[in-house]
Amino acid sequence: MLKMTRLSKIYRTEVVETYALRDFSIHVQEGEFVAVTGPSGSGKTTFLTIAGLLEEFNAGRYELDGIDVRGLNDSRRSRLRNEKIGFIFQAFNLIPDLNVADNIEVPLRYRGLPASERRRRIHEALERVGLSARARHYPAELSGGQQQRVAIARALAGSPRLLLADEPTGNLDTQMARGVMQLLEELHRDGATIVMVTHDPELAIRAQREVHIVDGQVIAVAAQPHLVAGAEMQA
Amino acid sequence: MIKYYLALALRSMQRNIVLTVLMIAAIGVGIGASMTVFTVLRTMSGDPIPQKSSELFVPQIDNWLPAHLNESPNLVGGLLDQLSYRDAMALMRARQAKRQTAMYGVSFTATPTIAGAKPFIVRGLAAYADFFPMFDVPFRSGSAWTAADDAGRTNVVVISGKLADRLFPGGRAVGRTIDLDRRGYRIVGVLKPWDPQPHFYDVPGGAFSEAEDVFLPFSTAIDRQMPIYGDNNCDDLPAPGWYGHLNSECVWLQFWVELPTAAAVQRFRQFLYNYAADQRSIGRFRWAPRVNLQNLHQWLIGEKVVPDEMRVSTLVAFGFLLVCLVNSIGLMLAKFSSRAGELGVRRALGASKADIFIQCLIETAVIGAFGGIAGLALTVAGLGMERMILTESAARLAHLNVAMICTTFGLAVFATVCSGLYPTWRASRVQPAWQLKAQ
Repeated sequence: MLKMTRLSKIYRTEVVETYALRDFSIHVQEGEFVAVTGPSGSGKTTFLTIAGLLEEFNAGRYELDGIDVRGLNDSRRSRLRNEKIGFIFQAFNLIPDLNVADNIEVPLRYRGLPASERRRRIHEALERVGLSARARHYPAELSGGQQQRVAIARALAGSPRLLLADEPTGNLDTQMARGVMQLLEELHRDGATIVMVTHDPELAIRAQREVHIVDGQVIAVAAQPHLVAGAEMQA
Repeated sequence: MIKYYLALALRSMQRNIVLTVLMIAAIGVGIGASMTVFTVLRTMSGDPIPQKSSELFVPQIDNWLPAHLNESPNLVGGLLDQLSYRDAMALMRARQAKRQTAMYGVSFTATPTIAGAKPFIVRGLAAYADFFPMFDVPFRSGSAWTAADDAGRTNVVVISGKLADRLFPGGRAVGRTIDLDRRGYRIVGVLKPWDPQPHFYDVPGGAFSEAEDVFLPFSTAIDRQMPIYGDNNCDDLPAPGWYGHLNSECVWLQFWVELPTAAAVQRFRQFLYNYAADQRSIGRFRWAPRVNLQNLHQWLIGEKVVPDEMRVSTLVAFGFLLVCLVNSIGLMLAKFSSRAGELGVRRALGASKADIFIQCLIETAVIGAFGGIAGLALTVAGLGMERMILTESAARLAHLNVAMICTTFGLAVFATVCSGLYPTWRASRVQPAWQLKAQ
């Protein structure tokens, strides 16, 4: 599903060169639930943005669902992102001017789906996250947990092959965070491929596999929730 | 997607109403100022008779001493802008053009037949029958007088529809008699509304004055010794009396010819030159023949129908519009910058740079449309103010027609879209990863 091979991302200024990712390799199979952990500044978010085709990389190879993304133009990358990837952000990133249904509709609009198909998908996504009654509400009228559920619904509406979650419970209290994690686990049981970036070990243990990053490199990969020193696992 | 982007544009405008109002105001004020001036300029400089302007010409003959010529303020292309009676009659007799007419302005006191109605002044024009077909003058009823009326100095007139309605409300005017300066004239024709702007055929009489209400045969006016109501310039004191004036070198007649082909123009030029050469050979002119034949556009430029200060004012007004648009660029940059987060999210959800560009450009166009409405309102107000402060003849130019309304609106949208290109391009270049990390 997601395969990065010796990938590097370098941020350059006039005086300094910083490796956000260095010879970074990861392989996520279809249907896996992978947690990516690491200290602050380790490159987790950079990995996620590259995985989500939001940033380019400087070296290495990245295949998304079998497609080599290097050299794709902006239009192709945007289409690929729209069709194959669903994002769940820490800050929810709902558009405040749009109500819940309209927020969920955004990626469907860019896919050019007819109105009836859009309505059907929005309804199904809201049903899935349990917020059908809130379709006409605006983000400001929802709790943090509800907003994150809407963000998940938006990510699901396009039937993505891959869900990328960046600290999905970072802005939520414990109860809300538990609810969101339960939802992600349900989605995984239903067959979704999920890559979740988190700094919270309590959340990481709920994934099938944990990839630990330090200074832009994978230093450990553990099946189940335990950290195994010095080993890198690739499928 | 266009409908979607339009809906997004309206929502975005509502969200930041202060910024939106500022942008609309900037565009509206710029459009209002420039279009107020441009409307008047456009009316002043428009082609008054586009279907025939290429076939209408003004002949000029140098009949003054060069020293006197240089002192005259009424020069077009270095020659006088009117003809003497002698030269005009010579051209009329020669009949070298398809149609031709000499003319001069006259004025009457019209006495209505309606009981209790008071006499009033009307402006008139003495011309030949060719005047009407040559300038495509439209008739409501009746027709122009004939060449026989011209030769016979008949007491016939053509009047405007406005005058006909005033003198004979609800009734037919053709065939009836109008009292002008206590003399009866038979009405042979009534015109439809006809008011070419500029008043090209008699610029010395007022470039933007209203069309005359009474037209009568030139020969009749000369026979009646009707005083000149217009420009009359002499290089020397004429002999006393009406006929002394007719035989002088005073210039007071406008003269137009219709020449439908290039060959006809060439022939007429040669004829003019030969005529002036003949006048020199008989001793009337003591200088080399100097003649000219100006087409309508050259004539209007030469007569400075559009004053230079009007053109300068228009340039200044459009410069002001440019300043307003530059200001709106800054406001749009601020607007799109404040939405960088949302645009980053849209990019993350699958919008390409082109999608964002189109979305923002449509929003710019919507702002331009509202700016156009504001600008139109300000233009109407501006023209209203102009009508209050300008002279009566100039005030008549300060009106919007359908074409200028469309131009105003179209200019607002176009100018706003152009000024929005850079902010829109910047918005499409939002780096989604940076924006999402910043959130």
